[in-house]
Amino acid sequence: MVIVALVIPLEGVPLRWFWIDRFTEFVAGSHAVGNKGIALSDSFMHDHWGVYPIMPHSLMAEGMAQTGGLLVSELYQFKELVVLAKFSKLAFHGVTRGGDSLTYRAEIDNLSDVGAAVKVSGHAGDELRTEGEIFFARLSSGDDAQPREPSMPTRLFNPMDLSHWLHMTGVFDVGVHEDGSRMRAVDYGLPTELAAS
Amino acid sequence: MPSKEEIFSKVQEALVDALGVEDDEVTAGATLQGDLDAESIDFLDIVFRLEKSFDIKIERGELFPEDILADANYVDNGEVNTKGIAKLRERMPFADLTNFEANPKVQNLGKQLTVGDMVSFVEHKLSA
Repeated sequence: MVIVALVIPLEGVPLRWFWIDRFTEFVAGSHAVGNKGIALSDSFMHDHWGVYPIMPHSLMAEGMAQTGGLLVSELYQFKELVVLAKFSKLAFHGVTRGGDSLTYRAEIDNLSDVGAAVKVSGHAGDELRTEGEIFFARLSSGDDAQPREPSMPTRLFNPMDLSHWLHMTGVFDVGVHEDGSRMRAVDYGLPTELAAS
Repeated sequence: MPSKEEIFSKVQEALVDALGVEDDEVTAGATLQGDLDAESIDFLDIVFRLEKSFDIKIERGELFPEDILADANYVDNGEVNTKGIAKLRERMPFADLTNFEANPKVQNLGKQLTVGDMVSFVEHKLSA
């Protein structure tokens, strides 16, 4: 499934699987809004039909997954093993072309010990281009955040890569807790001195 | 306590949403894996929806006791033994295990779980 691609990057290899350019809102435990600018020069635009380049729906799904996934991962302090289990619902409307800017909005819909469900939409301006519901499974839990199965990794991301990602996409610029206080990398035990990559 | 019909209706809604099937496919006798094509990840989703819908807490392994199936004390040559069957009956009072007992291969347990078993499971939880 889509999230698997996020697991592939190796230690020290830069993570560039970015399907959100920048978050404009991130309210921990509630919702997140992220933007993705679509350019005609993006090579993936030309993969479907050479004469009619469009944004592939699968990559829009990835943007939805990243918006919802980070929101859910924050619920567990970005420490636990939380993976995209399934899109329970997913629909696309119209076509997204070069020059469009997609705005994804994810909201926590349901939360329990086994995971969390988010509702996610994607708009280009006022036009609804995609909507869905994603279930994220929580595969580790507890204070030590140990995976439920010994064969599972203890984490999806190298903390430095994750911190880079969150900083570059503006999560710590706009992110707040529900009481309005700022989200800070140090509160999650993430590196604040980012290495060049 | 909701009636059996009310429980069935909510279970049906959970399965329709989780599995993308039609209402009329979700009959009491339909098996989750065989008839409704549920995969293992769907069981997490189903549990998640039932918890929300009925405001109940379902522990891991409560609906489907995979720990028994993975326990060498209860399985011989890929089949659940007499001790294992007794343990399953204890843990799954909501399920009709008659067919499973006739051919107790480990992989058969999940295949035989029906929508009716899910309804009984919720009834069992709500009456606990």
